Amino acid sequence: MTAELGHFATLLAFVVALLQSVIPLVGAQRNQASWMAAGMPMAIAQFLLIGFAFVMLTLAFVTSDFSVALVAYNSHSLKPMLYKVSGVWGNHEGSMLLWILILTIYGALVAWFGGNLPDRLKARVLSVQAMISVAFLAFLIFTSNPFERLPNPPIDGNDLNPLLQDPGLAFHPPFLYLGYVGLSMSFSFAIAALIEGRVDAAWARWVRPWTLLAWVNLTIGIALGSWWAYYELGWGGWWFWDPVENASFMPWLISAALLHSAIVVEKRDTLKSWTILLAILAFSFSLIGTFIVRSGVITSVHAFANDPERGVFILVILVIAIGGALTLYAARAGQMKATSAFNMISRESGLVINNLLLVVATGVVFCGTIWPLVAEITTGRKLSIGAPFFDLAFTPFMVALAMILPIGAIIPWKRAQLKKSMQPLWGVLALSVALGALVWTMQTGGRMLGPIGITLATWLILGAVAELGSRAKVGKATIAENLRRLRNLPRSDWGKSVAHAGLGLTIFGISAITAWEVEDIRVAKAGDRFEVGGYEFLFHGVTKDNGANYSVDRGAITAFKDGAKVATLQPEKRFYPVQQMPTTEAAIDQSLTRDLYVALGDQQNGGWAVRTYVKPFANWIWIGSIVMALGGLLSLTDRRYRVAAGVRKMQAVPAE
Amino acid sequence: MIRIILTLLLLATPVWAVEPDEILTDSGLESRAREISKELRCLVCRNENIDSSNAGIAKDLRVLVRERLIAGDDDEQVIDYVVDRYGEYVLLKPRFSLKNAIPWLAGPILFLLGLFFALKFIARPRAERLAQLTTDEEKRLNDLLDK
Repeated sequence: MTAELGHFATLLAFVVALLQSVIPLVGAQRNQASWMAAGMPMAIAQFLLIGFAFVMLTLAFVTSDFSVALVAYNSHSLKPMLYKVSGVWGNHEGSMLLWILILTIYGALVAWFGGNLPDRLKARVLSVQAMISVAFLAFLIFTSNPFERLPNPPIDGNDLNPLLQDPGLAFHPPFLYLGYVGLSMSFSFAIAALIEGRVDAAWARWVRPWTLLAWVNLTIGIALGSWWAYYELGWGGWWFWDPVENASFMPWLISAALLHSAIVVEKRDTLKSWTILLAILAFSFSLIGTFIVRSGVITSVHAFANDPERGVFILVILVIAIGGALTLYAARAGQMKATSAFNMISRESGLVINNLLLVVATGVVFCGTIWPLVAEITTGRKLSIGAPFFDLAFTPFMVALAMILPIGAIIPWKRAQLKKSMQPLWGVLALSVALGALVWTMQTGGRMLGPIGITLATWLILGAVAELGSRAKVGKATIAENLRRLRNLPRSDWGKSVAHAGLGLTIFGISAITAWEVEDIRVAKAGDRFEVGGYEFLFHGVTKDNGANYSVDRGAITAFKDGAKVATLQPEKRFYPVQQMPTTEAAIDQSLTRDLYVALGDQQNGGWAVRTYVKPFANWIWIGSIVMALGGLLSLTDRRYRVAAGVRKMQAVPAE
Repeated sequence: MIRIILTLLLLATPVWAVEPDEILTDSGLESRAREISKELRCLVCRNENIDSSNAGIAKDLRVLVRERLIAGDDDEQVIDYVVDRYGEYVLLKPRFSLKNAIPWLAGPILFLLGLFFALKFIARPRAERLAQLTTDEEKRLNDLLDK
């Protein structure tokens, strides 16, 4: 019964979403309070229904109910419980249900915590949210029903792809979707503002926490995915510029831009229509990402042409949502007049450049991702665009962003003097350049990436510290006064500095691993000793063993530094019989200064192929990402987002 | 998303990339071979270079690259050699050419356009920058001034 109940709940949710997309909207137009208020219970009902459906599907997975097609195709009775649960979203249908579940969670959150929103804005936001629900529920129900039964259930399931049976990847999709779908909130607020015809500081204050929440989750989701690729996919690559990765990276870049421009709207009441446009673009890139990933169009144009139903459906959703939003934007954006101006040298200008660089970088990723597809469809010419292109075409904009970031973060609003604002930063700048130069003289190879990366990373991290220092008047007041000032700084200011420093840490990790990684590939026999990057490795040989649902060849390697043992490494080659698939489990000895990374290959010439890497400072890539996310969370807990009373007063009578 | 990753992974695994017996004894040539390999696509894989791919064709290409290097080709010649035989599809970094102008120029052109509009916005005359007072506000202002 569980599957049928789940299916029924999904259908009911579809009906609720249909009503919710019309009634509050009409209510807001006609100023009928009861119609507007109806949005809230409906949003909660949608959430409860989809939540129930999701629980039903999870039950089917947990109890290994192989009469449900999705469970039979994607699960197995012997699979560990964690992966039975994560198997719910480890497939197309289930992941779409998760997508919709998260969409309804956001809707319900507006209903629960939106007490400080004006009724009319809230009604419109909820209606726009419901329209997105309608589109994706229709997609689920008509093209991707997760609750389908099999007439002849198999005795056991097909199992989940072994590579996905991993804790890192189990939680990667939920975070990513919390991010993707979270941007629907910014979108709904933007559309509601366009319908209303006004954007003000209060609007920016409401929209920013949602964007921040989405961005934090995207950051965590992307970091988890990259970390998983690092230890699971083979050679310790952590970013491949794969279309699927780009699909999540584009919304991340745009939402980062949106976060910053919303600050300008909130504090200075300018850049309004631009911010609305960014909010539309951010969710558009979420939809484009969903299309890229769900339609399979990037893998193969032909696969798409053979089974176009799902792809075309999402494409239609995409065209209606983006086209509709941009049309509305074209009609209404002119009404968003700025009420303040700023000089060339000002925080506002800094944020404009931030936005410019982030948006252009997104444009590069977008062109690089879809150009092979467009070229093949329009001219039949097949070409590839991969990592070497992105490294060259994308990186310069990020370097420029890192260069201006500490200056933009410290410079005052409205009009500023560069000379005065730079005062706390000169020391940092000199130190960063000196450190980069030092690294340059120390390294043997000619790659400039290391020194440049170190310079930028130091500049960002110390720049963030210097900004806090100057806010605390370090050196200009007593230490007690410094501390008092630091304590009294708003959380959002702390969040800003922490997030910026996090970006610096990530840049540091990326540059270090790219510039100074050492690699060794060899056939090793039991008892062989070899040296890689200052470490000595002793290969003890390989033993056979059995895991829960796989068999395994397990190598044993001891690593020494200056004669002292530092780690025992056990790289594995696993074989999953149900899916007839081998996987490589690299052994990694992690530390803050370097990872020792060993992967086991095939047996050959009486020995085993062994790949050994010393990856300097690798973990800082993800530590930096987590610090960025923490910065976002800190900012999210800022008082001004929690204080409703002050906001309420600011809200004027909405324009007709 | 997962399904796509699956397809990718099915093609990408089992991973074993560059094998020990392929490696050239001349470390200078070998490191050039590795750099070139990172720019060449494994033709049957999705978005994977021949350096990290385990597919048979990737191995053939790796060996081919090394053969050309031993024969004395420079990096450019090796890449041309491979492109002549496998087409431009093999390049992970498309060549700078008119046909590939869009991906290569997208960044610079977007940047210049954006910069132009940003500067225009920031430098617009002061009168244009601010919203005009509404008639209501003007009336209130006049009332205040009259007092």
